[in-house]
Amino acid sequence: MISPHGGRLIDRTVSGEDRERLTREAEHMPKLPLNQRELADLEMIATGAMSPLTGFMTEADYHSVVDTMRLANGLVWSIPVVLSAKSPEHERLQPGTQVALTDDAGRALAVLDLADRYQVDHDYEGQMVLRTTDEAHPGVQYLKSISSIYLGGNIHLMRHPEHRDFLRYRLEPKETRVLFAAKGWNRIAAFQTRNPIHRAHEYLQKCALEQVDGLLIHPLVGETKKDDIPAEVRMRCYEELIAHYYPRDRVVLSVFPAAMRYAGPREAIFHALIRKNYGCTHFIVGRDHAGVGDYYGTYEAHAIFGEFDPEDIAIAPLFFDHAFYCRKCGNMATTKTCPHSSEERAIFSGTRVRQMLAEGELPPPEFTRPEVAQILIESMRREDKQ
Amino acid sequence: MPNNSSEMVTLKIPRHLYQRVSQLIEGTGFRSVTEFATYVLRDLAAQPRPVPPAPEKRAAPKRAAARMTQAELKAARKRLRELGYL
Repeated sequence: MISPHGGRLIDRTVSGEDRERLTREAEHMPKLPLNQRELADLEMIATGAMSPLTGFMTEADYHSVVDTMRLANGLVWSIPVVLSAKSPEHERLQPGTQVALTDDAGRALAVLDLADRYQVDHDYEGQMVLRTTDEAHPGVQYLKSISSIYLGGNIHLMRHPEHRDFLRYRLEPKETRVLFAAKGWNRIAAFQTRNPIHRAHEYLQKCALEQVDGLLIHPLVGETKKDDIPAEVRMRCYEELIAHYYPRDRVVLSVFPAAMRYAGPREAIFHALIRKNYGCTHFIVGRDHAGVGDYYGTYEAHAIFGEFDPEDIAIAPLFFDHAFYCRKCGNMATTKTCPHSSEERAIFSGTRVRQMLAEGELPPPEFTRPEVAQILIESMRREDKQ
Repeated sequence: MPNNSSEMVTLKIPRHLYQRVSQLIEGTGFRSVTEFATYVLRDLAAQPRPVPPAPEKRAAPKRAAARMTQAELKAARKRLRELGYL
């Protein structure tokens, strides 16, 4: 089984008497409510998905990650995982204080051992991490919405955030690791997505599956931008697709609770390292991974892996070029494996596909499976009625 | 081979093995089973001693999975069964 990043699967959950004591003490601590991204990050830190992180980043780690894509201890890490102040009182909290981290119902989920309070430059963070400061970028919009005062320190999770959806699919890294071992899988490829899986994505996954023992389809179900397809619609698409077109004994569907950063290349590294913590040995990286609009080059998310020694990442990236159905080849292919012109390729723009779905028209089966298209059509009809 | 008896020790081997080795060395340059056995044992003794891998390295491949306690493993398996994954 592949080692977690940093060599140890972090566990910041507390139980038993410690949990009871901390829960009591939290009632008298200053309270800091978490936004949706921070809630997801809290749970992922606590359950080891973000190993080696043991809390929200301190100033040293934050600056090191922003500037060098490494933690202060040298381990690769590409996206800052931070906690923002929510009020002037929070901005005055002193290191050494314990702070109760709460959900939107005011429930104390965790305690933060405040080690650092520091001010950041969001324009600089945007430029370095997102490669833009354009306010149309959803990641920049997020930065503009939060305080520039960050609070860092270790966390102790007393209570998981409350989830009402995808309960059957919420596996923690310990559980996926045990599952892979129980299945006898040594090589596992992870697939990250925030979109429905169309034929091109299916092709990438199955190419990967030819090389490994099993496939983890790990869709992101945390916060996404408003025009992304809702997670509950996507999950129905994934279930239907797997039921009809995938070997059940070779595929695990589980959800990735993180919020989307839309950070393109840096997020590809981030996603890969986290999947390593879930026990995966390989990570599929297609075109414009974690991209949005035209902010990133089509294959920048491939190139960024070359900036690191493979041993420092350890999970093996599986790079794929743009995939499509070629009528001349008579099969799915990519620009690497198909010699034919674009006239022979069934390539549809996102705009055209959305138009077809909105009009109740099934896109060609070379683009997407009809079962998936049907779910998307019904979803759009329900949206129109609301 | 030295003749000084104080430099030599007696080793005992099963009689049938002695007889088998006697047959094997016929027509070779070895004049006796003793000479042959001394040659073989010297050769073995001259080879570098194999170093066993450090305990940490031997355990490393399973270390990540094995870091879970039995209770954690049991809890994980139970949840996976309840959810239908196992």
